[in-house]
Amino acid sequence: MSSPLLALRQVVKNYGGVRALRGVDFDLRAGEVHALLGENGAGKSTLIKIVTGAHAPDGGTITIAGQLIAELTPAISRSLGIACIYQQPALFPDLTVAENLALRLDATTVHARVDWTARRARATALLARIGAAISPDAEVRSLSMPEQQLVEIACALGSGARIVIMDEPTASLTQKEQHLLYAVVHDLRKNGVGVIYISHRLEEIFALADRVTVLRDGQSVGTHALADINEAGLIRLMVGREVAQVYPAAQSAPGATVLSLQGVGCNASGVHDVSFEVRAGEIFGLGGLVGAGRTELARILFGLTPADYGQIKLAGETLELSSPQEAVSHGIAYVPEDRRRHGVVLELPLEQNITMAIHRRLFPTTWLSFNAERALALDYIRDLAVKCAGPDAPGGSLSGGNQQKVALARWLATRPKLLILDEPTQGVDIGAKTEIHKIIRRLAHEGLAVILISSDLPEVIGMSDRIGVMAHGTLRAILPGGSDPHTVMAAALGTAA
Amino acid sequence: MKRYFRELSVLGALLVVLIGLALFAPAFFAPQPLLSLVTREAPTLVVACGMACIIITRQIDISVGSMFSVCSVCAGLLAARGWPLALVLPASVGLGALFGVFNGFLVAVLRLPSIVVTLATMVTLRQGLNLVRQGEFVNLPDRVQWFGLSQTEGQLVLVSTALGLLVTLALAMRHVAAGRYIYAVGTDAEAARLAGIRPQLVTMLVFVLIGALTGLGAMMNLAQSPQVQPLTGNGLELKVIAAVVVGGVAISGGRGNLWGAFAGLLLLACVSPALTHLHVEAYWEKAVHGAIILLAVIADGLRSRQSNR
Repeated sequence: MSSPLLALRQVVKNYGGVRALRGVDFDLRAGEVHALLGENGAGKSTLIKIVTGAHAPDGGTITIAGQLIAELTPAISRSLGIACIYQQPALFPDLTVAENLALRLDATTVHARVDWTARRARATALLARIGAAISPDAEVRSLSMPEQQLVEIACALGSGARIVIMDEPTASLTQKEQHLLYAVVHDLRKNGVGVIYISHRLEEIFALADRVTVLRDGQSVGTHALADINEAGLIRLMVGREVAQVYPAAQSAPGATVLSLQGVGCNASGVHDVSFEVRAGEIFGLGGLVGAGRTELARILFGLTPADYGQIKLAGETLELSSPQEAVSHGIAYVPEDRRRHGVVLELPLEQNITMAIHRRLFPTTWLSFNAERALALDYIRDLAVKCAGPDAPGGSLSGGNQQKVALARWLATRPKLLILDEPTQGVDIGAKTEIHKIIRRLAHEGLAVILISSDLPEVIGMSDRIGVMAHGTLRAILPGGSDPHTVMAAALGTAA
Repeated sequence: MKRYFRELSVLGALLVVLIGLALFAPAFFAPQPLLSLVTREAPTLVVACGMACIIITRQIDISVGSMFSVCSVCAGLLAARGWPLALVLPASVGLGALFGVFNGFLVAVLRLPSIVVTLATMVTLRQGLNLVRQGEFVNLPDRVQWFGLSQTEGQLVLVSTALGLLVTLALAMRHVAAGRYIYAVGTDAEAARLAGIRPQLVTMLVFVLIGALTGLGAMMNLAQSPQVQPLTGNGLELKVIAAVVVGGVAISGGRGNLWGAFAGLLLLACVSPALTHLHVEAYWEKAVHGAIILLAVIADGLRSRQSNR
């Protein structure tokens, strides 16, 4: 057999203290569709970034068409025939399709004359080859997301790529467009192109791919021909680990119902027909894969994207949540996912970060005493064991775990009834993670109703009293805490395994 | 003290200039001319306070010069018609606030960029004033100048009003919840929204604030001369923005304070008399202003590069 198109050996990548890839082997042959599967954070994106040259690996070797590659930059990667189609197409919205293709494909000098006829002809030919009904003169801005994706694919074809990477290409496509895409993938394979195909849809992988590699915690846990494995086997590979960490146990029976949702949905954010209840003292986990609609649901509950239909009740009172102010005044707190952007203001001192959300409860002209503010901040710094130089240290000087505690403190200071935590331990080291888990459990014990959104499967299973599993914008199942990870993963994938 | 390094260095530069003047031109410190100089800058200080707030919100208002002119002329006309000063003052402040509502509505509610909106209001107000008044001066009744007090008394009233306002606003920015909102919105509007603050409302109110302060400044200017000339506010926006930037308020929002803006204004205001006393041609004034602004901006650039490392 000839040497593979692409061979990764023992590739290692660390981000700070986080080990994203710990020695991954991966092969791609010419004329094969090789699926890449794994939980969120298993290392798929990192692997792609290394192949496209966006990030340099910290160890291991990359061989492309039998040649050992010493250094891979995005430009070198492209010149070697590697093309990547991202979920969010990176096109120029104000230029036409033909211009976009030309910008990617032509290596011209600044003073070269632009041959418009040839540009348009090539664009037409490429679009025809993938069967896309898109005018080369259309402005990219006017195209839908899937149409833009097709332009990206045309681009990859036009560059004569030998290796095409598709990252969840069907996530935003309609049924018809999906079939168009499948045809393109078959066409690529027939022409000897190697395709790396990332998808969460198992049925798609079985329909399209020749082989599959499963990543888990930055390691490859096996490459299989799809003829040799079934869905249950794949799920076992993806999950396949014991819940090693010890989670603080639930200490008391939950109290009265705090939050109740009846058929809640929002067309703009793709969430539909969600119903569940959360009681005081209970941790309600929200599991699912990225894009399942969990953050979107949290944004509905915090009034950021108001619900179009359904009923939201908090402590028996029906709420029309149309702004964060209303949510806050009813006792809802939301610690957002993007901690460094939205959870903590990096430039402001800790004390001001902590008191930020309670100021709105005061009359706007209330005199703020520095001493009272500092005392409050110090209380929370001590209570949550925030490691910092002092209450006047800027938010940006803290580690991720401590920033998360500050974001938490800001909302605890508002004395909420319902606390929504969105990925509270993402990018946090293991020690701080355990501490945050203990804090969350203690808060629940003190009578708070907690919604915990987490993509970390063991965390959501270990921490929650009940787990709501979301997929494709709706709640698929409500499972008891400590459920079998395979059951949770199967619900998240939308299969009946 | 590291946190206030930027403000302290402007203060240091100001002290150096003042010591230089004390050594080489002690006449600068004669009480009456000094009081007159400070009085002339009092209206500018009031507008600069508003400008500092608006730049901290990560917005800008370049229509202050035109608003200032329009408020001055309108207040002058009302006074000439025999309105008592106790009514002319709120009228001027209210007119400025009304302009602020207009700017603020376009910026906060319609989400248009503030530089374009206020450029449009600047040109519209200035040309509108020209069209209606044809450059005519307004002669004021005697009771208006120095509010009918003696010159020194009037000057002291104006200076203490400006300083009182500065202290109030500077403390409010630190110690009052509303001031905190302004900083929060300027650093990260989305983060502020997620913390339950209404960024649009805050932006709107800051525009109203700067409008009202401009109306007040116009009134304080009116009281200094026997007549109003319709171009009185021309170039005020540049002067005020320069003072605020020299004083260490970051144009990218969220950083700086009113004390710095105050020091920056004094530093720039000292240039002209210093040149006169040192017998340098007055043409150099703008060049020196430019150099000071450049220096301040370069210092900020170096500092932010350092902190990014």
